[in-house]
Amino acid sequence: MASKREKTSPCLKNCLFAFLSGGAVCLLGQAMKDLFALLGAEEKTAYSLVAVTLVFAAGLCTGLGFYDKAARVCGAGLFVPITGFSNAVTSPAIEARCEGAVTGVGSEIFKIAGPVIVYGNIASVIYGVIYYIYLCFAG
Amino acid sequence: MNYLYAFLSGGAICLLAQMLVDKTKLTPAKILVLYVCTGVFLGACGVYAPFVRFAGAGATVPLTGFGYTLASGVKEAVEKQGLMGCLTGGLTASSAGISAAVIFAALWALLFKSRDKNI
Repeated sequence: MASKREKTSPCLKNCLFAFLSGGAVCLLGQAMKDLFALLGAEEKTAYSLVAVTLVFAAGLCTGLGFYDKAARVCGAGLFVPITGFSNAVTSPAIEARCEGAVTGVGSEIFKIAGPVIVYGNIASVIYGVIYYIYLCFAG
Repeated sequence: MNYLYAFLSGGAICLLAQMLVDKTKLTPAKILVLYVCTGVFLGACGVYAPFVRFAGAGATVPLTGFGYTLASGVKEAVEKQGLMGCLTGGLTASSAGISAAVIFAALWALLFKSRDKNI
């Protein structure tokens, strides 16, 4: 009974923390988006600015050591939003500092974020080709 | 109301990822790749654009939103430039996020030293 409880309860707790923290990051993003829109940015630009600001802030928190501590508690809530992408870029970059600027920081930056860009790009190119063929027949 | 939708949608996407972490053997890196590809797929199907209108940052901030940016960029570029747009569209649309991540990461790597994880 005790072991069964041990197995199920961390999952529930993890899920709750992931939900709350992930929601909070998105809520913060929405507030920023409204702020940028208020300052006169277009909808699309406002979302890009939100991404850039969150990337900046999450990188700073990573450097200061807050982000990894919080991510241990919040799990997916902090690695699925764009802030997690920023953390995945910044964290290895800081770790690799002592290995030099080119073979250290330069290559480690994309250690975790690389696959995301690679497969995202491949998927988008495949979609582009399909869409092009579709336009040829439809248009 | 926008804020509630953003919170609930963003939270739900993260909750799903956490369930994948706990209940399957997928590593976080694989889940991120899965999420981006899902975003591209949903963007291509035309499902994600209405979701962004509904949830706002709750849809664009999670990594699926990055996939959606790639997909919508490719769509626009193909309409304008034809086949060449397949290659240029995705990264053009997502360039702000990627460049920001690289520039800031390099900056923080200059400013901060690696710290002991146990502190």
